[in-house]
Amino acid sequence: MTRSNIIFFISFFAYVIAQAFLKKLVLFNSGFCFLYVAFILLMPIETNNLVLMLLGFIMGFTVDIFYDSLGLHAFTTVFIAYIRNYWLSVITPQGGYDAGAVPKISEQGLQWFLVYTLPLVFIHHLVLFLVESAGTLFWYSMLKTINSMMFTMLVMVLLQYLTSDRART
Amino acid sequence: MERLFKFLYYYRASFTFLLLEFFCAWLIVANNQYQSTKYFNSSNRVVAWLNTSAQNIREYFLLADINATLSRNNAMLLNKIEEQSQRLYRMQLHQRPDSSVEKNFQYIQARVINNSTKFYKNFITIDQGQADGISVGMAVTNSFGAVGKVKSVSKHYAVLISLLNIDNQVSSVLKRTGQFGTIQWDGTDPSYIDLKYIPRHVIPLVGDSVVTSGYNAVFPPGIFIGKIKEFKLRDEALFYDIKIELGQDFGRLNFVEVINAKRKAEKDSLELITIGEPR
Repeated sequence: MTRSNIIFFISFFAYVIAQAFLKKLVLFNSGFCFLYVAFILLMPIETNNLVLMLLGFIMGFTVDIFYDSLGLHAFTTVFIAYIRNYWLSVITPQGGYDAGAVPKISEQGLQWFLVYTLPLVFIHHLVLFLVESAGTLFWYSMLKTINSMMFTMLVMVLLQYLTSDRART
Repeated sequence: MERLFKFLYYYRASFTFLLLEFFCAWLIVANNQYQSTKYFNSSNRVVAWLNTSAQNIREYFLLADINATLSRNNAMLLNKIEEQSQRLYRMQLHQRPDSSVEKNFQYIQARVINNSTKFYKNFITIDQGQADGISVGMAVTNSFGAVGKVKSVSKHYAVLISLLNIDNQVSSVLKRTGQFGTIQWDGTDPSYIDLKYIPRHVIPLVGDSVVTSGYNAVFPPGIFIGKIKEFKLRDEALFYDIKIELGQDFGRLNFVEVINAKRKAEKDSLELITIGEPR
């Protein structure tokens, strides 16, 4: 087990516990924070699709146990894990990614990070709310999606600044 | 054969993706059915422990509020007992020993350790389980009205399906007219719930109470649900669209009572013999 693997292992539990406590924090009745998506989104760029999907499944399944919504979060997280690498190859910057690059603000810059995460987080939330309501309530789900997206993105970006500073010193 | 394996290997990511998504979809569908998948929910011990500690912290800050509610309930109940005993005294019924009065409904007190109101499908976890006499299908109320019914139990915890769950339907009655309908949440505002299947000829009024009907024998009859906030009758609609203001704030649920309906099994088996398997 290499050092980075251990870090991923610990961060998995950190995300799960954080998510369990974030369950109560809902803004304006419709803004949720699904921070656990960051676990999949912040994996190194070269991570294999299969590994991502399996990790996404385990993460989603664990979150589902806390949310009493068996299969729901697993479904959406696997979906995000699948399309993540395709999206990464679409938005490859000129000259490509460095070997062992990580999709973080500290390495790729804020603008690139927003282009990378915003659509994925949006799709994740939209799929989540649509599947939960079984396709009914489309516009209310859209409202929830946009509010939750802003909330999740804000927390995700803030956390990036907080943690990357600590890593540098 | 070799080419088949090559094909499978080449598209392994897509196949894994489809496999996992089908598995998840199956889980979602299976979990939607009334009772299933006992172990992977928040009545699991580790999850429940984490939830309990989170709730303990939250409850500490709400203590004053909880105490006020409890003492108000206490006073109300004491008044009721006094009233009843006065009545019984006049009727000379109070000499009957306690044990000769059969209890149709037994109440088990429980504390909410996990709760949500913001999803489409909301569940509540409580800190009493099989060991305390709770089983699947029991109704849960508190002094403000109906809360939900038990979906699954573990040894020391139980998960309730909240009234605020788009899958949960409760048979209910418009108290003033006696008309039966069904309560179902529409998934948007946690302080309102919909009353369905009230036919055109009934004349509801704003402020009418809606209570449980007791038809499905989960809830005892007459448990308060809420008051009519607004209603409208669209042209050519068979039934009214009625919005009901819930009697309680589900976001502040703290203590609940689980109702053990002693005669439910008897009623169910009688119906099973005469009517057949419920659909």
